[in-house]
Formats: sequence, structure tokens, C-alpha cells
Amino acid sequence: MGNTASLIKNIVTQKKYKEKYHWTDYFSYFYLFLGVFLMFGPIIWLGLSSVKTLAGIQEYPPTILPLSQIQVEVDGYEKPLSLYNVTLEDGSTKELAEIKRVGITSKMVDPKDTEKKYKIPIDKREKIREFSVQWDNYLDPLRKYNFLLYFKNSIFVTVIATIITLIINSMAAYALSIYEFRGKNIALVFVIGTLLIPLTIILVPVFYVIANFGMINSLWGVILPGAATPTGVFLLRQYMLTLPRELIEAARMDHASEWAIYWRIVLPLSIPAIAVLAIFSIMWRWNDFLWPLIVLSKSEVYTLQIALNAFHGELTSQWNYVLAMTMVTLLPIALIFTYLQKFITTGIASTGMK
Amino acid sequence: MKNIRINIKNFFIRVFNIPFAFLMHAIDIIMWPIQKIVGVRNMPYIFLLPNLFFFGLFVIVPLGVNVAFSVTGGDELLFANREFSGAKHYNYLFDCENYLNANTCTEDFFWRGVHNTIFFVIFQVGLMIFFSLLTAVILNKKIIGRGFFRSVFFFPVLLSPVVVGLIWQWILLKNGILNAFIEANGGDKFSFLTDPGWAMTSSIFVSIWAHMGFYTLIVLAGLQAIPPNLYEAAEMDGTSRERTFFRITLPLLMPNLLVVFILASIKGVQTFDEIYVLTGGGPGTSTSLIVQYIFTTGFASSGSVQNFGLAAAASMVLGVVLLLLTLIQLYLSRSRENKHQEI
Repeated sequence: MGNTASLIKNIVTQKKYKEKYHWTDYFSYFYLFLGVFLMFGPIIWLGLSSVKTLAGIQEYPPTILPLSQIQVEVDGYEKPLSLYNVTLEDGSTKELAEIKRVGITSKMVDPKDTEKKYKIPIDKREKIREFSVQWDNYLDPLRKYNFLLYFKNSIFVTVIATIITLIINSMAAYALSIYEFRGKNIALVFVIGTLLIPLTIILVPVFYVIANFGMINSLWGVILPGAATPTGVFLLRQYMLTLPRELIEAARMDHASEWAIYWRIVLPLSIPAIAVLAIFSIMWRWNDFLWPLIVLSKSEVYTLQIALNAFHGELTSQWNYVLAMTMVTLLPIALIFTYLQKFITTGIASTGMK
Repeated sequence: MKNIRINIKNFFIRVFNIPFAFLMHAIDIIMWPIQKIVGVRNMPYIFLLPNLFFFGLFVIVPLGVNVAFSVTGGDELLFANREFSGAKHYNYLFDCENYLNANTCTEDFFWRGVHNTIFFVIFQVGLMIFFSLLTAVILNKKIIGRGFFRSVFFFPVLLSPVVVGLIWQWILLKNGILNAFIEANGGDKFSFLTDPGWAMTSSIFVSIWAHMGFYTLIVLAGLQAIPPNLYEAAEMDGTSRERTFFRITLPLLMPNLLVVFILASIKGVQTFDEIYVLTGGGPGTSTSLIVQYIFTTGFASSGSVQNFGLAAAASMVLGVVLLLLTLIQLYLSRSRENKHQEI
């Protein structure tokens, strides 16, 4: 009897088990939405802040949306005055403009009737705001502070470095995957070895090498040290190993030169791997910070990242410009990400590199 | 959607093809006579040459030069003007009464960096493993909008350290939105970036925020490699979810968690840029890490002269630490491979 009871209970609960939400399901969705808020929130906040006016940026507590206080021109005053909604002593409300604030009271004037002046305690008034987008935050740094030049420098470094990286690493990968030759294993170990030596531990000597070539304060000094990357060689080699050898043999029969085999047959067939390396390289170069910070000390060769850092250091109070330029620095990568997300994630998952 | 992608792809191929073919033909003009001279058999050396040249010039040669820098003194970059000083820099770095107390060291800035780095790495790596595991397990469930959530958690990985540092500085400022939020809920303002303890906490948080997506991806790849029939069998047996997690998921995920542990430690020890932008190493030296010490000593000391020798010696110390971490990684992956072969 007891057995049947437990059996029935089991059947009932098992049936329920499938329909019931486990506590982990609730937790998962809670965690995911918290995650979206934490991961995207800062970027949205950056975007919203970057179009605020300087006054809006400095306001505390901040408003979420880019709202700015309405300013009005009043006869007899040189500067435009800020507009407030004021509760008067008799309980009625009126729109007044502030002339001057003295302690906790403020001298105000009626913009329609400039003869009438009021003294209002500041807690009896409220700012009148309007939604306004300050595109000047983006345009001013580009016009006044050379950000267009830094943008160009960054693009130059990214493009040239990526081209060089793709060519020399695919050449090495081609040699290490298609041919059998003496010293191949030594070359492989050599390439693996360089994986173990990050730039952070050879900063001084690489700087020395660059100095000897006279490439300090030159974009080439930023481009060349990272051009050969073991990650790239491995990524491409693994892919090229899977290519059918018959194709190469056939081309050789037709008297194709080795270089022609490389660029007419092997490279086009390796496009998926090359695309992954290209995206990685673009990301590395665009975001590169420590090495350019060491090599570039003249402002006319700054890349965007260095300029942004220096700009922030010089103009700590100009957060509106800093934030707008942060947006500009972020956008190209964000665009690449939205288009090529799958490529990037599978690339990272298959190589364990970033 | 697929058609659009293919069109974009074709467009790019067409645009790039012309300069690409031109460049390749141009190089062929050089490569053809070379092949005539050295023969097909020796062509792989030619293909390897540029890559190995760069590796040699910017990795292998610098390794030797680094040693040379660390044992010579003076503030000149060129060796002709530097004089041999033996182990002076190393002695200077390691001149300490008590290694646990930076104040007793001659070069206290270095030891503060070491202590900060150790503290930073322990918490950053520990929390990184915890959160990337948690996130990966949740993202591996059958949830609505999985692709969207995955990209959300991955997105910050692509941001540059300067962008990450500035975004978070903007949020954590004394008059930032986070303090406004706390005050609106009846709390007091925090000095997230100007109080030593809080600055370190913020640094660790921001660093996890920026890199978690990368490690989540590695763990996720491991989760997807676990054979689903194991879970089916567990479900047939009526195993609870908690038990399934601790008895199936976690043991099979161990290799990936090890990879995360080692990679995160190697990267963590070298952390510099986002913390440098976020706090500048401050307040005082409370968030300055080893790489910042090397950078400041070698390249950015304001006031005093740049000390390349001391920076090189400090890099050698960092190099030894990284070498140890890498050897652990090799050892662990080796023993893992052996186990796989036995199975």
C-alpha cells in the first residue's frame, strides 16, 4: 500500500517536474537582464551623455536624457538667461529668468516684463528643460583639436599593419604547412616561442630597436613591431593544412611559380581563416594603447586612443568633448562587431586568442 | 539576409581583387628570379624569411638586449654611452628588509606594484572564473534570445582599454551617475576612484567587466563539447539539476576552467591600460601594477630621468613570473593530453 502511494506520488511529481519552472530558470532570466543592464547600460549612458551640453554634463544629480535648460534673451542683459518655473508667495506659478544667484536666494526677472524683478528662494523654483542634442560636442574636437588627423593616423596604422600582418604571416603559414623542408620543426618551435614573450616584458629593448631605426614618433614604429604574430601563423597554418595537396601538385605540373601557387591557389582557399585574422588584426591595432603610448610623444602622430587619453588628461573639465570622442573611437569597432559577430566569436573559440 | 551578406562579400572581393592582384604580380617579378636561383626546394625559406626577420628583430634580439639593458647603467639609450653596472639594478629592486612590507624596500614603488598586482590577480582571476562559468552555464541553457544575450556579454571585449577606462571613470566619478543613484536611494556618496580601497575594487570590477566575455566564450565552447547523452541519462535517472551540475558539468569542464585560469592569470599579471586610464595608478600608488612601474620608470618619469636599466630589470622579473605561469600551463595541458590518449 505504501509502495503504491509513493509510486503515485512519484508519477505526479515527475509530470509536474517537466512543466514546473526550476528556481534556476528564474535566476537565469534575472541574471541575463541584470547582465544586459550592466554590459549595455554604460555604453548607452556614454551615448546619452556625449550629446549633452557642458552645463548638462556638469549637473548633479544628472538627468538621464540630454535635457538642457532653456535660455532666453532678455532686453538689457548681455548674456542669455536661464529660465525657471517659479512658485510665487501667493501660490501662483510664473516663468522667470535668473539674473544672479546670491546664496540661497536668486534675483530673477520676468522676461515679458523686464521692469519687474523678484527675489526668490532657490527651492521655490524648477528648471525648465527641453530635449536638445548637442552635436557640437562631436564637431568641435574634430575642428579645433585635430581629431580628424588622429582618426586618419589610426586608420593608417590599422590598415597598413593589417595588410603587412596578413601577407607575412600567411607566407610563413604557407611555408610551414605546404612544404617539407629541413629546419621546419625548428621554425615552428621558434614561432611558438615568440608566443611566450609578450611585449610587456621587452618594452625597453624594442624601444631601443625602434630608436635605432629612427622610428620614434613615427607611425611605422607602431606598425612594425607587432606585424609578425604567432597567433596569425598558427591560425592560418591549421587551416592551410586541410587544403588538398593535389591542387598544388597540379599547379606545379603546369609550371606555376611557387609564389603564384601561394597567391592564386592557397590564399583564395584560405579566405575564412584570413578573414578571422584580418578582423583580429583590425581590433588589435585600433585598440592598441601601451606601445603607441611609448613610441608616439608628438601630438601630430597620435593615434585616436593616445589622443583620447592625452585629451582627457589635459581637459578634465571638458567631459562633453571627451565623451563624444570616446563614442567616435568606439563606433568603428561596434559596427564591425554587429556585422561580423559570428566570425569573431568562432575565431576566438577556435584559437583561444584575442 | 543571407543574400545581402553574399553581396557584401562579393563586393569586397571585387574591390580588393584589383590592388591585391597588382601587388602580387609586382612581388612575383622579384620572386620568380629568386626561385630560379635558389630552386623550388629552398623556396619555403624565402617564404619564412620576412616573418622570422620580424620575429628576430622585435622579439628574439630584444630578449638579449633586455638583459644588456638590465646590467648597464646611465640614462642614455645607446649602449656606447652606457656603462656596465652588473647586478646593481637587481640588487636595488630586491633591496628589502621585509618583502611583505613595501615601506621597508628601497624601491617601494616597485614592491607596491608587486603587492597590488598579486592582490589584483587573485581577486580578478577568482571572480573571473566564477562569473564566466556562471554566465556560460546560463547562456548554454535553452533560453529565449540566446544569441542576443551572448553578444551582449561578449561586446565589451572588443572595446579599447581607453574607452573602457573613460566610460567607467565617467560612471564612477564622485558626481557620476552611480553616486547619484545611490544618493537618490538614501545612501551616501562613495569615493569609487579616490579612496585607495575603493579604487582597487573598482579596478578589479572594471577589468572583469571588460574581459569576462572572452573567458565566457572559452567556457561556453567547453560546455557545448559535453555529450548531450550524459544529460539525457542523468534526466532518466531523475538526477537533480544541482547534482547534474556538480557531477557531470563541472568535472567535464575542468580542462576549460584550467585554460581560463592560466590565460586570465597571464593576462592579469600584465594588466596596465584600462587601470592606467581609469585611476592613473592612484590615488597614490594604490592601483599601480607592475607594468605601470615598468612604463613609468622607463618612459614616463616626470622630473627625474628615464631609467631604462631599472625598467629592463623589472621586466626581467615580470618575464620570470610569466615563464613560470606558462610552464604550469604547458604541464597541465600535457597531462590533459596524456589522459585523453589513455581514454
